[in-house]
Amino acid sequence: MQRRMQPKVFDSWLAVDRKGLYCRPGGFHIDPHGPAEKAIVTHAHADHARPGLGAALATEETLAIMKARLGEGAPRSPQILAYGEVLKIGDVNVWLAPAGHVLGSAQVVIEWEGVRAVVSGDYKRQADPTCAPFELVPCDLFVTEATFALPVFRHGDPADEIGKLLRSVEQFPERTHAVGAYGLGKTQRVIKLLREAGYDRPIWLHGALQETCATYERFGIDLGDLRPATGEKRETMRGEIVLAPPSAITDRWSRRLPDPVTAFASGWMRVRARARQRGVELPIVLSDHADWDELVQTIDETGADEIWVTHGQEDALLHHIHMRGKRGRALRLIGFEEEDQ
Amino acid sequence: MRGFATLLDRLAYTPARNDKLRLMADYFAATPDPERGWALAVLTGSLSLRLPFRRIMTEMIEGRIDPVLFKLSRDYVGDTAETLALLWPGPEADAQTEPPPLETIVEELSQANAGEAADLVSAWLDRLDAVERWALLKLITGALRVGVSARLAKTALAEWSGQKLDDIEEVWHGLAPPYPQLFGWLAGEAPKPNVEEMPIFRPLMLSHAIEDDELDAIAADAFQAEWKWDGIRVQLSTMAGEHRLFSRTGDDISGAFPDVFEGLPENCVLDGELLVMREGEVQPFNDLQQRLNRKTVTANMLKTYPAHIRLYDILYDDGEDVRALSLEERRTRLEAWYARHGPARADLSETLEFDDIAELKQLWENARETGIEGLMLKRRASPYLSGRPKGHWYKWKRAPLTLDAVVMYAQRGSGKRSSYYSDYTFGAWRPSDDGGEELVPVGKSYFGFTDAELQELDRWVRNHTVDRFGPVRQVEPKLVFEVAFDSVHPSTRHKSGVAMRFPRVHRIRWDKPADEADRLETLVKMIEG
Repeated sequence: MQRRMQPKVFDSWLAVDRKGLYCRPGGFHIDPHGPAEKAIVTHAHADHARPGLGAALATEETLAIMKARLGEGAPRSPQILAYGEVLKIGDVNVWLAPAGHVLGSAQVVIEWEGVRAVVSGDYKRQADPTCAPFELVPCDLFVTEATFALPVFRHGDPADEIGKLLRSVEQFPERTHAVGAYGLGKTQRVIKLLREAGYDRPIWLHGALQETCATYERFGIDLGDLRPATGEKRETMRGEIVLAPPSAITDRWSRRLPDPVTAFASGWMRVRARARQRGVELPIVLSDHADWDELVQTIDETGADEIWVTHGQEDALLHHIHMRGKRGRALRLIGFEEEDQ
Repeated sequence: MRGFATLLDRLAYTPARNDKLRLMADYFAATPDPERGWALAVLTGSLSLRLPFRRIMTEMIEGRIDPVLFKLSRDYVGDTAETLALLWPGPEADAQTEPPPLETIVEELSQANAGEAADLVSAWLDRLDAVERWALLKLITGALRVGVSARLAKTALAEWSGQKLDDIEEVWHGLAPPYPQLFGWLAGEAPKPNVEEMPIFRPLMLSHAIEDDELDAIAADAFQAEWKWDGIRVQLSTMAGEHRLFSRTGDDISGAFPDVFEGLPENCVLDGELLVMREGEVQPFNDLQQRLNRKTVTANMLKTYPAHIRLYDILYDDGEDVRALSLEERRTRLEAWYARHGPARADLSETLEFDDIAELKQLWENARETGIEGLMLKRRASPYLSGRPKGHWYKWKRAPLTLDAVVMYAQRGSGKRSSYYSDYTFGAWRPSDDGGEELVPVGKSYFGFTDAELQELDRWVRNHTVDRFGPVRQVEPKLVFEVAFDSVHPSTRHKSGVAMRFPRVHRIRWDKPADEADRLETLVKMIEG
C-alpha cells in the first residue's frame, strides 16, 4: 500500500453527519444510528444494526441475525460480503476483516487514494470459540471503541470465570444459578465455555435468548442441550443453570426460580459498585469488548497515526493516545449504548 | 492467600446469612493452620495492623501509575483500594504462581513501618491476581466491609465443628490469633481451652423485643421487672488482679473509665449499665457520649461527666462462677455482694413491684423520665445464658413515636429482595420557596411490612414511577406510610435537618391522601430536650 505524506486529512472523505459515520466517496454510512440508504453494518447488536436500512452490506452471519431480530425492520436489500472479499464502491475499495466481537462481527477496511482507514466496530482480542478471531489490519486511521477504556478494566481468563460459576453450582446445589447475559454473543459464549469446561447438563434459556442461539447453531456452532426455562416446573430448576437477559435476572421473571444465585456475565462486573448496584451475587467478568490492555495494544499494532474514538470512556483513551504522540479525537457518536448491560 | 481472597470476594457479594455461613464453614474445613486462624482474626476484626494506608498508597502509586489515568479510574470505581487492585500494572499473575500465604503477610506487615510496608505490598501485588490484590489492600485499610460480624464468623466455626456457639464465645476472649488451641479443639485434636480464671470478657446474656402476644402470655410472678436505662451495657471484671471494663461486644474500654473501679473488690464479674450520674440523677445519653470512644480521659472530664454503673447481674461472686444459678439466686447473691463491698461508683438496678400485667403496663406507660428507655422483663428461673436465648429476657421499649410520611423514592433490595423495590425513602411536607408545599426526605426504611404487602408495594412502585436513577425509582407522591421510630434528633447531614432513630413502616395508609400527611414542623416538635 502506498502511503501519503503527512499530514493526512481524513475529514474530506470520512466524517460524522447526523446519521453517524459517513464515507463520502463511497456514499455509505457505517453503523448509522437511524434509517439510511446505504450502509455497512459491522455487527448485529441493536445499537449498530438499526432497523430501516436500505442497501446494507455485512457478513452473512450478521445479515442472518439482523433478519431474525429485526423482522420487518431488516435491510430492504441486504448484500453479503465475506471476510477478505474486496468490493469497489464508487472510488473506494472496501473489505471486511473479523473483529472477534460476536458471530459475524467485522471491521470495515476502506481505502481511498492510497490511504487506509479501519472502522473496527466493537472488537476483542481474547479467544472466543463462537466467532472468528480478530484480524489485525495495519492502517493510517483507526476508528476504535472505548467501552472499557480505563486501566481498571482487564478481563481475566474466561475459563477461570466460568470455573467460578461451576464451583458455585457445586457449593449451592439446591439453588438455581440465574446468569444474566446479553442475547447476542455473550449467551452463546457462556454456553460454549461451559461445554468446554465439561458441563454437559441441559442449559435453560429465557425465551428472548432462544432465537439467536438457534441462528448460531445454524452456522455450525454446537451449543449442546438447550431447553426453554419458561413454563418449566420450579422444582426442576434446582441446581440448574439458567441464562436470561440481564434485565430479567433481578426482576420479576426470576421469581419463578427457586432461591436463585444471581450471576451476571459482563466486563462491568470487574467493578464492585457496578455489580452491587445490580444486586449481583456472582459476578462473572466476561466481556466481548477489548479491555484496556487490548485497546492499547491494538492501537499500537495498527501503526495508525490518527485514532478516532467512537463511544465509551474516551477521556482515558485519548489521554493515552496523546501520551503516545498520536493524534486522537472523540467522535461522540450518539446512539451507542453500554451494550454489555 | 488465594483461598482467603476468594472467600472475602464471595462473602462481599453474598447477601444471605446461611450462604455466608456455608462459605466460611467450607473455608475453615479446607484450610490448614495457621492460615485459617489469621483469616478468622481478620473476619472477627481481631487483627489490627495499624498501617497508614493513605501514605502507603501514595508511595506505591508514585512513579508507577499515570496520575491522570488513576484519577479517572478512581472516579469511576469509587474506592481507592479497589482502583489500585484493579489497575496494578504488570501481567495478571497466572494461577500457577503461588501467592504468599496469609501468615507471611501478617507477620511481615506487623513488623514494618510505612515505607517498608509500601515496598512489601508492591512486591506482593506483582504476584497476585486482581481479587487477591483487592483482598490484600482491604486487609491493609482495615475495613473489609464484607458483611460478616464476629458473631457470624464464630457461628460458622460452630457449624463446621459441631461445637456449641456458646462454648466458643466463652473461650474466645481468652485466645489470640492465629488461635491454634481453638482450632485444635474444634478439629477434635485437643481439649477445650481452659479460660476459667482469666481476666477476660464473658459473653453477655441479651434480650428480645417483646411481642404483644408474648406479653399477654406472661405469668407475672415468673418475671422480674427493671427499668431499661439509656446508657451502654457493660461488663466489669476484676479477675486475676486485672481491672477491666468491657463493652457489650467485648471491647476493653477500661482506659476511658478509670473512675468506675473505685472501691471495687477483686475476683468479681458484674453486668450493668454505664451511665453518667450527677447528684444521684441519671444524665442524658449525650453526656455519656462525651466520654465514649476515647483511649484516655482528662481530670476535667472525670469531674464534669462522672461515670456510674447501675448493676443488674453478677457472673462471678468472689471468684465463684454463679452463671448456672437462677436469676432469683443471682439477685440474692448480687444484693449480698453489694451490701458486703458497697462500691462507691455503683448501685443496684431497682426491681419493680407489680402484681399483674395491667400494673406492669401502667409502669411502662408512665416511663418518660430521663434515661429510661422502657422496661426489662427477666425470667426469675433462668440461668445466665450467653447470646440471645429465646424466652428468658425481654426488652419492652417505650411506645414509639409515629409520623404519616409520603413515599418519595423506592430502591431495589438485595438478596432475595433484589427483584423487589423494598427500600423506601419518605418525606414530610414543608413550605417551598415558591410559596407552595414541597416534600423533604425525613427517613428511609426497608422493614415493618409483610411479604404480601411487599408484593403490593412493589407493584405500586412500578405503576407510579416518574423517574429512574439506576436501582432507584422516584414515585408519584401519593402513598402514605405511618412510620414508627424511637426518637428524632437534629442532624446537619440531612436536608430536613432531622434524623429518625430506627424508623420502620408501621402501617401502609393506602386510604390516606398524601396532602393529609404530616408536616416537617410536627417532626421537629418531637425532638427531645
